[in-house]
Amino acid sequence: MQTLIKDFWLIFRNNIRDYGMYIALAGIFIFFTITTGGLFVSSRNIFNLIQQTGFIAVGSIGMTLIIVIRHIDLSVGSIAGVVGAMAAVLIVSYGMPAAIALPVVLVFGALAGLLTGFLVAKVGIPAFVASLGGMFAYRGLIFNFLQSTGTLGVNDPLIEAIGRGTIPGLATVFGMQLTSLIVGLFAIGWLIYSELNNRQKKIEYNFDVLPKNLMIIKLIFISTIIAVVTYVLGAYRGISWVLVIVGVVVFIYHFMTTKTVLGRHIFAVGGNPEASELSGISVEKITYFVFSSMGFLSALSGIMYLARLQSATFTAGEGLELQVIAGAFVGGTSAAGGIGKVTGSMIGALVMASLINGMQMLSLGSNIQNIISGVVLVLAVIFDVKTRNMKKIEKSA
Amino acid sequence: MATNPILEMTHITKTFPGVKALDDVSFSVEKGSIHFIVGENGAGKSTLMKVLSGIHKYGSYEGDINFDGEIRQFSRIDDSEAAGLVIINQELALIPEMTVYENIFLAHEVSKGQVIDWNETIHRASEELNRVQLTINPGLKVKDLNVGQQQLVEIAKALSKKVKLLILDEPTAALNENDSERLLNLLVDLKEEGITCIMISHKLKETIIADRVTVMRDGKTISTLEKDEIEEARIIKDMVGRSIDDIYPKRPDYVPQDVILDVANLTAFDHRTDRYVAKDVNFQLRRGEVMGLAGLMGAGRSEIALAVFGNPKKFTMDATIKMQGENVTFKHPSDAIKHGLFYVSEDRKSEGLVLKKDVKENITLSNLSKIAKNFVIDKNSEIQAADEYVKKMNVKTPSLEQLVFYLSGGNQQKVSISKALFVGPKILILDEPTRGIDVGAKFEIYTLINQLIAEGMSIIMISSELPELLAMSDRLLVVAEGEIKKELKKAEFSPETVMKYATS
Repeated sequence: MQTLIKDFWLIFRNNIRDYGMYIALAGIFIFFTITTGGLFVSSRNIFNLIQQTGFIAVGSIGMTLIIVIRHIDLSVGSIAGVVGAMAAVLIVSYGMPAAIALPVVLVFGALAGLLTGFLVAKVGIPAFVASLGGMFAYRGLIFNFLQSTGTLGVNDPLIEAIGRGTIPGLATVFGMQLTSLIVGLFAIGWLIYSELNNRQKKIEYNFDVLPKNLMIIKLIFISTIIAVVTYVLGAYRGISWVLVIVGVVVFIYHFMTTKTVLGRHIFAVGGNPEASELSGISVEKITYFVFSSMGFLSALSGIMYLARLQSATFTAGEGLELQVIAGAFVGGTSAAGGIGKVTGSMIGALVMASLINGMQMLSLGSNIQNIISGVVLVLAVIFDVKTRNMKKIEKSA
Repeated sequence: MATNPILEMTHITKTFPGVKALDDVSFSVEKGSIHFIVGENGAGKSTLMKVLSGIHKYGSYEGDINFDGEIRQFSRIDDSEAAGLVIINQELALIPEMTVYENIFLAHEVSKGQVIDWNETIHRASEELNRVQLTINPGLKVKDLNVGQQQLVEIAKALSKKVKLLILDEPTAALNENDSERLLNLLVDLKEEGITCIMISHKLKETIIADRVTVMRDGKTISTLEKDEIEEARIIKDMVGRSIDDIYPKRPDYVPQDVILDVANLTAFDHRTDRYVAKDVNFQLRRGEVMGLAGLMGAGRSEIALAVFGNPKKFTMDATIKMQGENVTFKHPSDAIKHGLFYVSEDRKSEGLVLKKDVKENITLSNLSKIAKNFVIDKNSEIQAADEYVKKMNVKTPSLEQLVFYLSGGNQQKVSISKALFVGPKILILDEPTRGIDVGAKFEIYTLINQLIAEGMSIIMISSELPELLAMSDRLLVVAEGEIKKELKKAEFSPETVMKYATS
């Protein structure tokens, strides 16, 4: 037991950067659960929280890569807004089926991102300026689209589903929806499988692994969280399409960044562009890709926002870029480039959204909400910078 | 022992978690002398200087520092500077976008209250520049000076602070022969003015100006040699703890084979510096040969190599390049790599490696497709591949997952070369492959070069260390002002001939 606690502390200390965010999230949850008398963790609120976070989390994931390659994109909110307006006009005014309109606007988003990438990589102007230009221009474009109609309501089953729908429950088992149960069990199974598999490989190479008992504790801990979330969701309306979309985006981007050649190249460019260029990586192409991906995800975010409101408005996506950037920074992405995690940014976005959600439940004014959000953002980055320096000093002997 | 010491450091011990960087070091420097500290990387030289200058503040080490007659407890670098002790690091601390005079008086501006007296600043800057024998307009921006001139500006800056003890950490590492000699002469002149100097250097022949040489190894001082005892062989023996019979491993004479690379009419113009970096360059490289590119800093050696290697610096260029008789066009380094050409940068930290990434990721970076299936990296093959190179190159690292940032210079260089070898090149361009690395690691790299050419690889070697270039090359091209001034055969090699054409 003594060694177990010692091991735990050692590992905790060495990985405090990775765990810090989760602890903060847990802290926020506990705080609001107590202050709202348990309302905060009610099925209904957790469901709402996911709906509120989804479109920000998607953007934060794209922004992670942008910041990793040492750039910034301020046009996210305006692209999201213009994409929403475009989709609404295509569906309502032109009668285009949503199944066609949505891919069209996603491509538009990717192209808008590509344009920013072109200005940055080829023309060589700072990303801040290039995307600031985009931010104004696309905001203006929204007015062009909605000029004749004003705020445009969209009544379409697909949009409805994306905004408010859940995957079919199929049946009720133990008071929860069958599909939620299956997804939950699958997630736990996959977690255990991949952890054991990973551990096995690391042992083969004599790499450090968690002590066995700590690993078991870790698996039980995470499995419990998944089980609780599954139960909470399954007992209410089940798994929303928003959660599915976020899950798919996280999965694809996490896989891409950690396992693929492209991901490796992106992080290499962020870590040292000159060395990457001389290693045969085209910094230009990577920049194009990362900005296009940001544009695509901005568009996806815009669609999710449109679906949430069921209407396109002039102000849709206003300030979204800053929430998205905050999510990425809270999630541990380094402004110096080359460091960041997709999962981290998703959690970062969730931290910020949980704060807002909880404060709204406590009926705090938006002035207080903004002040607290700002303080938390700065604290998160201070924590990140401090823990990083700590590690450096210890090793630089 | 020094009879009239300006500095005495006694029983200095400095520990980092897990490592004793300095182990009971005692060290004294005679007033008005030039004192060299030599030793392999990691021997503790720089740590000792950091303790001395207050970068490692008082209290973080054990032992006493007596400077200029007083026990000192520096806790910041400005404390030591106020006492008359100035350290000039290998990475120069100048601000490129500022003028020379602004740089010289940075952080100790000539001012009345908060208002800077620019006329007096410029006047005094010119005086200091005269003292370091640098005849440039003090209004130039530092970025427009070459490395040698920048080094002199750093010294002028130190002089303007009324320096008593000047510490130079590998000042000549980035300098060519001419600038190095000029710097050494300047130090001798400053000595006449009564300025004491501690110099850390890897170039043992520079100890010719030394009054004393202290050799460090494994955090301890091994020996201090008086002027009449200074001898390269002796120093090397103390540095490595064994004698190296020959600094350069032997290899058989080169027997010409077929031409593998043929560069014709290469012309390249650099918009950033607004000058031609290559003018009508023609050369051929044969299989299994080491072709040296000699020349002064800024002569265009690296630029010629880069222009051939897919032109990453975006020069406006024109050339006819043939590999094994076939015309090729490289639009990007990746094209050159595909054809079996690889360039290992002279600046491993800023252009060679991704310091924030670990050893294995750096080794595999240039050829990820080799360890990937359908664009997905197979971590097992990656580990196997990296492990193979770490063993083959004798990279000293605690694990494959160690960040390259924490490796010593020599081991970083080995990782940098491993990365190049991992793409399986036919031609390797090594730009300053031994800069700033210790004698032992240099020997390993020379041995590797011999091994590679024996396997049929061709190497273009660029180096500012003339003895190394003369020893390792089969043939030399002397470059000056972007032109190839002379091709020298092995029999014609001599430092004088090279310098004659390099300065023509």
